[in-house]
Amino acid sequence: MEVSSTSPSPNFRHREGRSRRRANQIFYLVCVVTAGVSVLALVALLCSIIIQGVPYLTPKLLTNGPEPDAAEAGVWPALAGTGWVCALCALFAFPTGIATAILLEEYKPRSRIGNWLYGLITLNISNLAGVPSVVYGIIGLTAFVSMFEIFGSSSVDAPAFEFGANYFDQFYSEGDQVILVPVDDPSKPSTRPVDGMAAFDFDMRPIQMHVIGTNDPLPEDEQMLAYTLLDDAEAGRINRRNWYYFRLPLGRGVLAGGLTLMLVILPVVIISSQEALRAVPSTLRDGARGLGATPWQVIWNVTLPASIPGMMTGIILAMSRAIGEAAPILIIAGIVYINRAPQHLMDDFSVMPMQIFNWTARPQEEFHGLAAAAIVVLMAILMVFNGLAIWIRLKFQKPLS
Amino acid sequence: MSSNSTLSDLAERARALIARPIRSRQTLMLRERFIFLNLVICTVFSVLVTGAILSVLVSETWRFFASDEVSLADFALGTKWNPLIGKEKHFGIWALISGTLLVTVFAMMIALPLGLITAIYLSEFAPRRVRNFLKPLLEVLAGIPTVVYGFFALTSITPVLQWLHDGFNIYNAMSAGIAVGILCLPTVCSLSEDALRAVPQSLRDASFALGGTEFDSSIKVVLPAALSGIVSAFLLAIARAVGETMIVAVAAGSRARVTFDPREDVQTMTAFMVQMATGDVSNFGIEYYSMYAVAFTLFVLTFCLTTFGTLVRRRFREKYE
Repeated sequence: MEVSSTSPSPNFRHREGRSRRRANQIFYLVCVVTAGVSVLALVALLCSIIIQGVPYLTPKLLTNGPEPDAAEAGVWPALAGTGWVCALCALFAFPTGIATAILLEEYKPRSRIGNWLYGLITLNISNLAGVPSVVYGIIGLTAFVSMFEIFGSSSVDAPAFEFGANYFDQFYSEGDQVILVPVDDPSKPSTRPVDGMAAFDFDMRPIQMHVIGTNDPLPEDEQMLAYTLLDDAEAGRINRRNWYYFRLPLGRGVLAGGLTLMLVILPVVIISSQEALRAVPSTLRDGARGLGATPWQVIWNVTLPASIPGMMTGIILAMSRAIGEAAPILIIAGIVYINRAPQHLMDDFSVMPMQIFNWTARPQEEFHGLAAAAIVVLMAILMVFNGLAIWIRLKFQKPLS
Repeated sequence: MSSNSTLSDLAERARALIARPIRSRQTLMLRERFIFLNLVICTVFSVLVTGAILSVLVSETWRFFASDEVSLADFALGTKWNPLIGKEKHFGIWALISGTLLVTVFAMMIALPLGLITAIYLSEFAPRRVRNFLKPLLEVLAGIPTVVYGFFALTSITPVLQWLHDGFNIYNAMSAGIAVGILCLPTVCSLSEDALRAVPQSLRDASFALGGTEFDSSIKVVLPAALSGIVSAFLLAIARAVGETMIVAVAAGSRARVTFDPREDVQTMTAFMVQMATGDVSNFGIEYYSMYAVAFTLFVLTFCLTTFGTLVRRRFREKYE
């Protein structure tokens, strides 16, 4: 057993130690540089956007529609659309997501089949979180916009069922005014004008309609002329939709967009709520159980209040994901020119990221500036949301154990 | 005086509590059942989403392949993709897959090394102050909407690339790839860091005690111990890059073909879907259903990647007592 003959010389060991220290230093340097690169990427991104966007950041940007003239263009309809869609998305996603999280965390299964199901469901949810959002858009297109075509293949454009819409036949009078004649049954052919028929002007004020023959002289009085029609006047069918307008299938409207976004953020909401519930120490639950509380009483009075700060943080982060999501909305809404905020749940809409995409896709330089300005607005909204999340985390998250 | 009033307050509250009608056990149980049922319904809904995704994709893809114009072999093996132009339509998915791969490879060349090294730095080296600065910064990077990255790629990365080399097209795979890489960096970093921090301190201590430097302990001890978590982070990041839509729709172009030249414009699977959804395509043509076939391919690909990632993390996780 001669160990000493195989051991390296002291000289060699010394050099090896030095080279290892050098490797350590080099690696440390590489680490710092790498970390610096990610900081640099963020700084470059923010700077380039701010430099491009700030000159276009005007009050008009917030109030106008996306006019074809860059100097007049704004994001108001997209901003309102984002508000509508995200509110709807929150309305559906949060109760469902939190309820699922409660079931998964607070009613842990005890049987073997239950355990197996539990594992399957959690794996499934973490998988759903990894599905690309554009796929959700495609699902929304089939499930919400055309509702699997159970109402017929052309029902996206011509709804199979609707209420809250009033149909009118629209005439142009001899005095160049709009006259609207209400229609009871939209499938009927257009009405023939009759003297004294119930009619409305453009602002829905009831008016007295005068119908004269083609060869009759026109009335002299201008007031009269404004509501005078020739008896062979041609009508165009239009509809006015009330704020409670509803249709099936949902069509490319705000509701379909909100539901699709719900699918996108649901896994995120479930996972973050689960984490928040898991963070509540079990001693609190045990205490409540010891006082004779039923499972739901434990959840409602103890677990939920204790986990609300954590949940809020996750929820707000999920919301900011929904605000920034463009791909599914792009699939649902398509590229359409939207010049006003949505008026009802089925209205066409646009959202901020979509407007940004739209402007970025144009070749002109000034639209890129507008896109950058819109990004600044969007990032400001996101910053408010994230700030809120951090504030809640700091303010309410007190140690529970 | 004030203590008196609080006392009477308390007495009042106690009386109110006692006077409260005691619910019968049966109604209580009924309520519990009812609430439980509602929770189950919500969970079932969440699970049904997967079912809906699968059924929609499978049935519409079935319709696509039921058409006379396409065959499964052409779709799975073909390299030409021109559903919208030309007399003869070709549906060869490899034209789109190659575009996706090209962008993903560039993205991963950025995200994987940078993300992993930053993660090692954060968990093994960084002083607390640097950590407190770097972590929120990465969170900000992760929270930026993807369309913003697309804008950045088109208006900032592409001009820089064109300035470095003349051959770059205005829409090119490399610029989109770089942007996707920056996007995936926080994902890789935070997931890898979680894995690294889960390695118990005793392993590091042992390495130091044997004379190892920080480099030795992090590369030769901690990294192998956290390998399952890191591999799963990589897989999830790849899945994210493959499914990324807005960046490639903005910056990578819309010409579907097989190319390995990063200077040229390519079309990815996701970009094709956006093109279909935003263009004027009749809802019932074969090209419309091709969108579902592409979505199905994309879904299968990302689903495999994420499931595999989750399984790797669960199965190969080293357990330390």
